[in-house]
Amino acid sequence: MSANIVYAILVTSLATFLSRFLGALTSEGIKETSKVFKWFNCLAYATLAALIARTIIFPAGILVEVSYSSRFIVVVLSLAVFFVSNKNFVYPTIFSAICMALLSSFFK
Amino acid sequence: MINKNFFFKGYRSIFTHDSPAIALTCCFIAIGALFKNLGFNIQESIFSTILTYALPGSLVMAESMLIGASLLNIFLAVWFVNARLYPMAVSLFPLMMHKSQPKWKYYFSCHFIAVSAWLIMKSNYKKIPKEHRIDYWIGIGSATVSVSVIGTFIGFSFSEYLNKDMMMGLAILNPVYFLCMMVGASKTIPVTLSVLLGTILGPLIYLFSPEWSILLAGVIGGTIAYLIGEHSVS
Repeated sequence: MSANIVYAILVTSLATFLSRFLGALTSEGIKETSKVFKWFNCLAYATLAALIARTIIFPAGILVEVSYSSRFIVVVLSLAVFFVSNKNFVYPTIFSAICMALLSSFFK
Repeated sequence: MINKNFFFKGYRSIFTHDSPAIALTCCFIAIGALFKNLGFNIQESIFSTILTYALPGSLVMAESMLIGASLLNIFLAVWFVNARLYPMAVSLFPLMMHKSQPKWKYYFSCHFIAVSAWLIMKSNYKKIPKEHRIDYWIGIGSATVSVSVIGTFIGFSFSEYLNKDMMMGLAILNPVYFLCMMVGASKTIPVTLSVLLGTILGPLIYLFSPEWSILLAGVIGGTIAYLIGEHSVS
């Protein structure tokens, strides 16, 4: 293994573990019925939603090359598949990949 | 030690009819292919997936390495992106804390905090006795990490067969999968509001502050949702 890559992996895993470990450590004195717990629950869901929305609207990596309209169409259709399939997670996910691959090859 | 029944119950929970296993595997196929393009070997790729086990963090590391960022820059960038794991841990571990369980299980299993495992646990924890939730959680975490490693291996091994269109398909799969899981989890007023406000505020704040957008949107959106939820209850 090259030293630079190994150091980058170690640094990445340390930065990731830090948030997880601090979360586990500080949650020791928190009861699931407490206001702090409910507040953190809302923070977690809002943060995740923000991350997902940002990934779709302002993506990094290869998705930058796909137009906004293509991304929008794929997400809306996938959500429709999610509701039609009685909230199954697998069908819309696979559908989104196929739909995006087809759209990107069609609009070259 | 770990209760085998609950461990395997958690492990099997990702192999249900609406399992996240397929989506998770596809996401890590894309990561495996990306690692190969970056010059990682197979050991480094799998080592990274096991040790980091967080898609956005892995992507940030990959992008940072592409532009030749220093280790300190990589650390800070990944820490910012993965700071969301802190509220996720605080909103999950109190559900699993039990005085009969040793603390090492909690410290060890915090490594499994990631969106898919977190959402699976959040939707299933009520079915598991509190005393054994930590064993169930370790089962879920072990299963999702196993699937991620398999995905990384497939992506790394078959990267030359994945064209640009296929890579785009794999790239959209992850946010769509998480979006569906979030919509599915929106069953109470505070959670629904949190998801809605986070979705609106995340991209909006990004226009002014790209680095802080996710954390700010999470804190502002989550706090407003919490306050409205408390107000509606009272």
